[in-house]
Amino acid sequence: MVAHLLKLKLALLRNGFKRSPWQLVGVIIGGIYGLGLAVLLFVGMFALGDQPAELITTVVVLAVSLITLGWAVIPVLLSGVDLTLDPSRFSVYPIPPRQLVIGLLLSGFIGVPGLVMLLLFAGQGLAWRANAGLALVGILCGVLAALNALALSRLAVTAATALTSNRRFRELGMILLFVPLIMLGPILQTATEGLEAGLGWLPDISAVLAWTPLGSFAAVPGDVAVGAWGLAAARLVLSLVYLVVIILAWKSVLFRALETPPQQSGGSRAVSGLGVAFRLFPATPWGAVASRCLTYWMKDPRYAMSIIFVPLVPLLIWFWSSQGGDYTAMLYLAPIIAVLLAFSISADISYDNTAFSLHVLTGLRGFDDRLGRVAASAVFAVPTVLLAAILPAALLGETELLPAILGLSLGALGTGWAVSSIASARYTYAVPLPGDNPMKTPPGTGARMAVTQLATFGSTIVLMLPEIILHIVFLVTGQELYAWLVLVTGVVFGALMLMGGLRIGGRWFDSRTPELMQATVLNR
Amino acid sequence: MNTELHQSTAPAISLRGLGKRYGQKIAVNGISLDVPSGSFYGLVGPNGAGKTTALSMATGMLRPDAGQAWVHGVDVWKDTRRAKSLLGVLADGVRLFDRLSGRQLVTYAGLLRGMDAATVDERTDDLLRVLDLSDAGGKLVVDYSAGMTKKIALATALIHSPRVLVLDEPFEAVDPVSAANIRDILADYVGHGGTVVVSSHVMDLVQRMCSHVAIISDGNLLAAGTVDEVRGEGSLEDTFVNMVGGRAEGGGLSWLHTS
Repeated sequence: MVAHLLKLKLALLRNGFKRSPWQLVGVIIGGIYGLGLAVLLFVGMFALGDQPAELITTVVVLAVSLITLGWAVIPVLLSGVDLTLDPSRFSVYPIPPRQLVIGLLLSGFIGVPGLVMLLLFAGQGLAWRANAGLALVGILCGVLAALNALALSRLAVTAATALTSNRRFRELGMILLFVPLIMLGPILQTATEGLEAGLGWLPDISAVLAWTPLGSFAAVPGDVAVGAWGLAAARLVLSLVYLVVIILAWKSVLFRALETPPQQSGGSRAVSGLGVAFRLFPATPWGAVASRCLTYWMKDPRYAMSIIFVPLVPLLIWFWSSQGGDYTAMLYLAPIIAVLLAFSISADISYDNTAFSLHVLTGLRGFDDRLGRVAASAVFAVPTVLLAAILPAALLGETELLPAILGLSLGALGTGWAVSSIASARYTYAVPLPGDNPMKTPPGTGARMAVTQLATFGSTIVLMLPEIILHIVFLVTGQELYAWLVLVTGVVFGALMLMGGLRIGGRWFDSRTPELMQATVLNR
Repeated sequence: MNTELHQSTAPAISLRGLGKRYGQKIAVNGISLDVPSGSFYGLVGPNGAGKTTALSMATGMLRPDAGQAWVHGVDVWKDTRRAKSLLGVLADGVRLFDRLSGRQLVTYAGLLRGMDAATVDERTDDLLRVLDLSDAGGKLVVDYSAGMTKKIALATALIHSPRVLVLDEPFEAVDPVSAANIRDILADYVGHGGTVVVSSHVMDLVQRMCSHVAIISDGNLLAAGTVDEVRGEGSLEDTFVNMVGGRAEGGGLSWLHTS
């Protein structure tokens, strides 16, 4: 039965390749990447072999613990990455529980991530190459540690299923995971600085981890190397107990979940009456669109995804300017945020997906559709941009620049909205489907999306030339008059652009409504 | 001709040579059909026959490659907005704005059509009550069951009191009680002068419920008329299977007889 399950996993993998060659390409790229990583770490392990046993132990335990932790945490936040062998699918077959558990566990090794981890962990034998017997212990413990990581990962995922079947939790998790990814650059830089200072306490952490389920297996060869046989035996037994307990715990959670499947529904609190957004706008077609869009901004994680970087922009700019000690770039925060926020509505119809049919069937006017989407965006974009313009200028004491910055920002907002309103009436692209992982990009979108976005950004910049030129004149001459001229131009031009954008976008929308509808069907 | 007069005497839906081709495949092969005003019209056909494509072209969702469509004399593809105001459509296989609550979604559909808030509120309450969704009005549509989703989609098609209802697979996944309620609403609607077009796989239902029926297969209109005309002596199901063909010949599953 275990062999059957492993064969099934292989067959599923193979059939996936047949269905979509891109999946094969993905696996090959992942495989090359993983293999490269493995080779790199093998070299590292090999080099480590020349070091004293204590250092080897510290490094190996830390590395194994970190990877194991990753296996436990990341799938939970991504809501179970690999569901090719979803346990609940086996609940109708009379498979003995023990065999199901072992089969599912071992099937985790079939696939790039599992295989690479197995190789990596077993690779610690290289670090202990000074002694053949010791190397063997290293390899053995590595394999066990990999099994341990898989079991822990399964336990975490299964235990969290009850939580993650709650839609809101799952969606939040994906976004939580994304923030550190964006901040990876600054975090790494800070971390390496901190690491150099904190290198002294790393062995202590490692020593603690060596007694936890995360790193205990990895620490056994180190005990053997220094001849502490009793300690090695004790640690090995403890590790095995950990492993058995984890597997048993997973089994019990798994079967409880299989027997009483978590409720799929629920999760959302009832909306009393019409909710906040519908009271904010007038009861007209454009007001309805605005209310609906605003509700989506608050409830659909894909929208949150498109503006999640906005609060990070100041952090990033601040971080990079702190390196040079020159914070002038912070003053231009507002125009940048304005362009990004205005641009965030350009994929609106793509996000609607086929629900857009309601707009088509009700014969909604293009102008109302465009205006509603801009109005919803304005609710949070205008205060954010004003804040981003005023706050840095005030804090840095550069208030004489403020009118110009405000002009640039408001101009950027109006022009950006105009361009987005026109572009999104003409171009749709495949985006994550409603309810899907917001980070999952459908295949074949990259090029088209990049071209569309580049063209949109480019047009916005070109259309903003009046404000930009006046601003440069102001910077060169330093005359306050020009700062105020930028403000006036920004407000007037921005408003005119917006009106024009809504009209043109609305006209395009009206003449192409069925085509837009069919584009959303294709993106399904 | 006087347009007002023309409108009142014109068929509820009139299709002339309506066609659509996807690459090499002809999805709808020049269909001409009149749906009389005040009729309960069933559109039946096997999977992939072109029912949904034909209905999409008749309701302004899909631009036809050839032919024309009128709703009460209004050209769907020339005077689109006016035609749409006469139509209430339940499309099959499209998503809803499911992050809205049921009440919000129905209200949304009403407001999009430019109705005033008070009327929308009143009708939303009525629709939720009649469709047995009052308790679920505050729940997000994404958390609805398949049947509830169908019902709320139906409500969005009814809110503006259209003259013609086009319902693509309205009874799919709907429980028997709700289905009976929906049938009553539709029968009442037809009784008071409305026109309903439903597409369905369930022949029995069409035979009992509809006054007229059209059979579509492979993009062609095979038969159209009153239910009695089309079915003749036999049941609608037999007529349908005879016309469309495709019944499996030869032996069944003899080993299934063991227990």
